[in-house]
Amino acid sequence: MATALFQRIIYGMVLILAVIVLNFLLIQAAPGDVVDVLVTEAGGGDPEIAAQIRASYGLDQPVYVQLAKYLGNMLTGDLGYSYYRDESVLELLLSHLPSTLILTLSALLFAIFIGTMLGIYAATRPQGVTNHMVTIFSLLGYATPVFWMGMMLMLVFSLYIPIFPSFGFRSIPAPETMLPRILDILHHLVLPTFTLSILFLAGYSRLSRASMLDVLGADYIRTARSKGLSEFVVIFKHALKNASLPVVTIAGLQLGQIFSGAVIVETLFSLPGIGPLLYDSITNHDYPVMMGVLFGTAVTVVVANILTDLVYRLLDPRIRGIS
Amino acid sequence: MKNPTLKSENTVLSVENLCVDFEIKGKQVQILSDISFSLERGKTLGIIGESGCGKSMTALALMRMIPSPPGRISAGRVVLKGEDLAQASEKRIRDIRGGEISMIFQEPMTSLNPVFTIGNQIVEAIRRHKDIGKSEAWKEATDLLDIVHIPAPNRRVHEYPHQLSGGMRQRVMIAIALACEPTVLIADEPTTALDVTVQAQIFDLLNEIQKDRGTCIILITHDFGAVAEMADRVLVMYAGHKIEEGTLDEIIDSARHPYTQGLLRSMPEIKVDPGDIRESLAEIPGVVPDLLHLPEGCPFAPRCSFVMAQCQDLPHYMDLGDNRSVKCWLAQEDSRTKEQA
Amino acid sequence: MSEMIDQQDLAAQFGEKPEKPEKPWQATARMFYTNKAAVFGLIGFLIVILLGLFGPIIFGADPFDIAGKPLMEPQDANPLGTDYLGRDILSGVIYGARPTMIIAITATVCATVIGISIGAIAGFYGGKIDNFLMRFTEFFQVLPSLVFAMVIVAVFEPSFLIVVLAIGTTTWTPLARLARAEFLKIKEREFVLAARALGAQNIRLILRVILPNALPPLIIAITLRVGTTIIFEAALSFLGLTDPSIMTWGRMIGLSRDYFFEAWWTVTFPGLAILFTALFIALIGDGLNDAFNPKLRRR
Repeated sequence: MATALFQRIIYGMVLILAVIVLNFLLIQAAPGDVVDVLVTEAGGGDPEIAAQIRASYGLDQPVYVQLAKYLGNMLTGDLGYSYYRDESVLELLLSHLPSTLILTLSALLFAIFIGTMLGIYAATRPQGVTNHMVTIFSLLGYATPVFWMGMMLMLVFSLYIPIFPSFGFRSIPAPETMLPRILDILHHLVLPTFTLSILFLAGYSRLSRASMLDVLGADYIRTARSKGLSEFVVIFKHALKNASLPVVTIAGLQLGQIFSGAVIVETLFSLPGIGPLLYDSITNHDYPVMMGVLFGTAVTVVVANILTDLVYRLLDPRIRGIS
Repeated sequence: MKNPTLKSENTVLSVENLCVDFEIKGKQVQILSDISFSLERGKTLGIIGESGCGKSMTALALMRMIPSPPGRISAGRVVLKGEDLAQASEKRIRDIRGGEISMIFQEPMTSLNPVFTIGNQIVEAIRRHKDIGKSEAWKEATDLLDIVHIPAPNRRVHEYPHQLSGGMRQRVMIAIALACEPTVLIADEPTTALDVTVQAQIFDLLNEIQKDRGTCIILITHDFGAVAEMADRVLVMYAGHKIEEGTLDEIIDSARHPYTQGLLRSMPEIKVDPGDIRESLAEIPGVVPDLLHLPEGCPFAPRCSFVMAQCQDLPHYMDLGDNRSVKCWLAQEDSRTKEQA
Repeated sequence: MSEMIDQQDLAAQFGEKPEKPEKPWQATARMFYTNKAAVFGLIGFLIVILLGLFGPIIFGADPFDIAGKPLMEPQDANPLGTDYLGRDILSGVIYGARPTMIIAITATVCATVIGISIGAIAGFYGGKIDNFLMRFTEFFQVLPSLVFAMVIVAVFEPSFLIVVLAIGTTTWTPLARLARAEFLKIKEREFVLAARALGAQNIRLILRVILPNALPPLIIAITLRVGTTIIFEAALSFLGLTDPSIMTWGRMIGLSRDYFFEAWWTVTFPGLAILFTALFIALIGDGLNDAFNPKLRRR
């Protein structure tokens, strides 16, 4: 198991290297460079000064030297500098990631939990209404744009029935003591989390229903019943652990998608996460931040994939045994 | 209809006129028709027939484990030690399952849950029916593995099913089934998926257990060889009907139903003297009928080489005395001619 | 497991067989047309396509024209209201069908070509080629598709071509995996081995022998991909990352983002247009799935 994990980590590092190279290529492909932006920002167009700045950044050197330098910088944690924000990209990322992680994790857990419950409920009552509901629900989940869903929820729960805030991460001014502070943040997170999770929830409910139906027909479920176990134990012990395997796999594969969704939801709800950071960097042609966000999200997905792999190994002894 | 199965005081389980219906495409289809038999303490009943004849369904019906919907027990009684299981409450039947009646299945490779250790799966069965502590249950589980001759039980008890061979897994299944010293052990094709040498070992194990504990065994199989090795009595099934029943010797020596005779012919090593059947070492022609489109009358008629006009009506059970019965017009005619002679 | 059959298996086993043998495609079409939800989806989708083709001719009004006061509630003159510049929402929704569908379909074609080429080559050749191509695919899976597409559009310019290419290059991975799995499975089948033994060229094997047999699951995936792409493009447009001269439904919502608390209709109706179109596509996809795999129905 340890060697498998080690291999996984090495492979993850290779992926991250590849992302760095891609970043570099994208910057190279971009019409104009940082200096053009800088010079334009400064309001001047003096080609001599521009050339000087280029030389000082090493932009006049051959591409492979630049790539080597870029790789070196990235690997030592120097993700570049935001001229627009006057802050290092690494710091910007680190200050914006936590909010995004809280949002994605809570949305993911909520979606998996409720989705699985719905799926189980539908799978154990094949003739029931829930079955149709899961089908309809998953169709709507597929067909609804996440930002539009967010807007509709805002209209209903912030405007017409104002019970949840539609803007920001905390109240201004924020409560002073610890507990109300946390509750305040949670209160702000309700709508964004719900918006982000509901679409994935629809998918998970369908997936876990299918996987549950599959597992419930398995021979070992018949064995469990023949021991005289109650339906509750049969479903929540014997079936669930097996049925959760495909759900974990898909959740792992969908992490990138959840990040994409989070970018939109954060932008919509003005949360201080990666989404607005990326959005602002795009409007302001702040390439280092743009590339930093692409890099940061890719690294997070790589790490999360390794964690998913670990969870899968914990759940399935058949994989665990092979090392 | 008269119950043709006689009961003695040693009878542990008796099944009386059991019928099971399935609803398929809105139609009620009878999967089991009027099945009766009884089981005596420490004896083995073999139920034999081609696949799809209702053998496994009979076993599942005893434990009330027919998938429902679409299936249901539509008539009959399953009496275990004086209690009708067909009418028992859901809670009571769960106490019976794994406690009084337990079952081992055909597919040892898939019948154990892959994500739990075998110890966990045995302990679970023990603690479901016995009020004992965890550590004690684990000790019992280890002992059970020893009883079913699994080497190094102390280590094996912590292993997962995928770490065991098919034969070993079937032994684990037997250990689970034995966990609460059941009165009746149903073995549904327990060796079909295993190698021939392993098959013999499993049969030896079942025989040993029966000798030590006096467990009744119902052996479900399509293999007359297995029946010959294990069974005291034999019940032959075809298309959901019990078509013949008798002791092992009676069935082998004087099968009355053409279907039973056909089954025996396809197993030449059963007969002591194969000379008289040499001419037709063949499979029974045709296939098991589609239960949605069963012919009127005797279900075997379309494949029977002795079919007569009378076979358009369903034959009754004919009691041949001594708990021996057959469901065939020809057999009844034969006995009548014998009587007249 | 001889008799623990569930109802579907029993029905399939004992069920009446069709009188005369049908060709597989005929059977699929028959299955599809007997599925009410699928037919509903197909009709709805055709209406959207017809709206995209002929809507502007029939309804006439230009969506960029000022049709009334800004942010007017739905009323007789503007049945779906007006936006912040006083443009008619209804004509916006009607005119939006064409660009939305054109981008969705071209981007799906783009993703399909990339995905199936890579998946087919990986599955067909196997070995090192497969290994390399799958690593390549995994690399693209690590990049969150929307973030990646946003960066591509931002680095280049937000034109029709760039948007299509950005969507195509960021969303082809599931199709590649599916195509690879199908090719791996089918290339071992007898008729492929037979064709190979008869000396068929690899190109012929890939395109003429294996691909047609891999089509059913691919067609389902591609159909569903069109809907996903509509939503993906809408998200890009919502964030302003799209060709400014093209007014898709997503862009209508994005432009009205600052006004929707005052005027719900400015975002609700274009959003419903997206939702219904994607829903029609999902129903078609589900119908195709059931039609291709009748045994797995209702799963």
